[in-house]
Amino acid sequence: MVANPKRQIAEVAVLYLLLGAGAVATVLPLLYMVSTALKGPVYVLEIPPRFIPERPTLANFIEAWNSNNFSLYFRNSAVVALSTTVISVLCSAMLAYAFARFEFPGKDLAFYAILFTLMIPSLTLIIPQFMLARALGLRNSLAGLVFVYVAMTIPLNTFLLRGFIEQLPRELEEAVWIDGGGYGTIFLRITLPLSAPALATAAIFTFLFAWEEFTWALTAIDVEAMRTLPVAIATFHGAHLTQWGLVFAASLIAIAPVIFLYVMLQRYFIVGLSAGALKG
Amino acid sequence: MWNQGSLRAQRLRAAYLFMLPGMTFFLIFYLYPLIQALQISLYEWSIMPGQDSRFVGAANYLRALRDPIFWISMRNTVLYTAVTVPGQMILAMLVALALHAIPRWRVLFRTLYYLPVITSWVVAALLFKFLFHSQSGLINYLLVDVLHLSDHYIPWLQNPETALVAIMTLGIWKGIGWSMVIFLAALQDIPLELYEAAALDGAGRWGQFRYITLPMMRPTVIFVLVMLVIGGFNVFLPVYLMTGGAPMHRTETLLTYMYNEAFNFLDFGYGAALSYMLAILIFLLSFIQIKLLRRPMEL
Repeated sequence: MVANPKRQIAEVAVLYLLLGAGAVATVLPLLYMVSTALKGPVYVLEIPPRFIPERPTLANFIEAWNSNNFSLYFRNSAVVALSTTVISVLCSAMLAYAFARFEFPGKDLAFYAILFTLMIPSLTLIIPQFMLARALGLRNSLAGLVFVYVAMTIPLNTFLLRGFIEQLPRELEEAVWIDGGGYGTIFLRITLPLSAPALATAAIFTFLFAWEEFTWALTAIDVEAMRTLPVAIATFHGAHLTQWGLVFAASLIAIAPVIFLYVMLQRYFIVGLSAGALKG
Repeated sequence: MWNQGSLRAQRLRAAYLFMLPGMTFFLIFYLYPLIQALQISLYEWSIMPGQDSRFVGAANYLRALRDPIFWISMRNTVLYTAVTVPGQMILAMLVALALHAIPRWRVLFRTLYYLPVITSWVVAALLFKFLFHSQSGLINYLLVDVLHLSDHYIPWLQNPETALVAIMTLGIWKGIGWSMVIFLAALQDIPLELYEAAALDGAGRWGQFRYITLPMMRPTVIFVLVMLVIGGFNVFLPVYLMTGGAPMHRTETLLTYMYNEAFNFLDFGYGAALSYMLAILIFLLSFIQIKLLRRPMEL
């Protein structure tokens, strides 16, 4: 049963070759985007296409950031994504704590309602959500985006956090209870700190969802000053069909924080995936 | 006795207080719209506030069944799912198996293959629109000038069939990394002893894959399949941004058609009916897949 070492080395070499070829095909479009963003406007439509720009320049990035308001859209996106993350994760953790530790009338009904909505395509809701936002005066406001994003991320976050909190040992909670601490103290001092890894996973995916969401932001916002990055990029492309360098510079500005998050927090991404993060 | 009762009341009050903020958001901005969408779908909905909407029963649903564009979008949605789901799963499985077998650089490769997943849909869709550009696109350049597979530049996004090819290529490119990471995690959870035992019994590579890897990964594969089919039927952004359903609605999918009917033609009743049909379809499909594929004791 001893494998032939020469054959083994050859096999591994072939695997590396195939993996390398696949990785090149995967990354090539993204590299081409970077290179296009680094070209001056005249060079974008060149044939043959060049991967290394002749005279690389940051002009597109500077123009997108300054003259085309992308600093404002970036700020809008950051406000929306951060507010959504804080509110949604906190609300979900409280819900999950109630589901994991209390018995009360209506508990099963509420939990199954939340579970059921995990299977509903989010665009099913967009017409009534639009009417609701209009009735409540939430159109063209960042708050209107945040409220809907919070509602849309609560089901998955609650489901994820409930599973985690249920498995936490109860002894510490009981010790706080005996010392005279209430449920609020238990939640803040024990449950939240012990749930840190699950909270991090939930926070990352909530942030990404809110950062990238396009359709609700497109539907709810008409005013230019309230746009978020994804809508701003798509609208900008619609208005300047040939300015690919600027579009991709803006796109890279939008992707940069996500790549940064991924590189810093890779392990939370991997954990969260298995919990079912495709929705959205 | 009094004490116990008060403790119970205290616990109840605490539970409801913890539920309150989250449930408020969920009920107002999720569950209420979900129910209202059903109501809207039964009306010829008037979008002007104050004007009466007319109850039409199932008319919006019946209209869809007679609407040729509905069937075109259904066909495109099914086609997109039927091509991109196996495409993503097979390629992701191959990459995961290869990554599992190599001794070094696994994290580097995993990161590279995962990059499309963390690229937002808007950016990815615009990028592919650029790559499939009829004049200056990289794809045409490769096909015509480098590989000489075609003697003219193909107007990818102007022609319905080739536009769908471009959209599906994007769907597969963007999705491989997600399935791959989940498959790789599942592969790493399979105990090595099983392979050793199989090798002792004389099982070759294929035998080990067929009788150990696949059965051990069955729940993971089902999970990924169900999630990808849901994602496939929900396809919206790439179509909306790359073709917008053009030409002549020929590349429309269920959600782009729904969105156009609702927000371009302001036909809320019909749009709501279309989205409810999709929701029911997805629910049934997920239910059937889980029923058919899972064995007792799984999931």
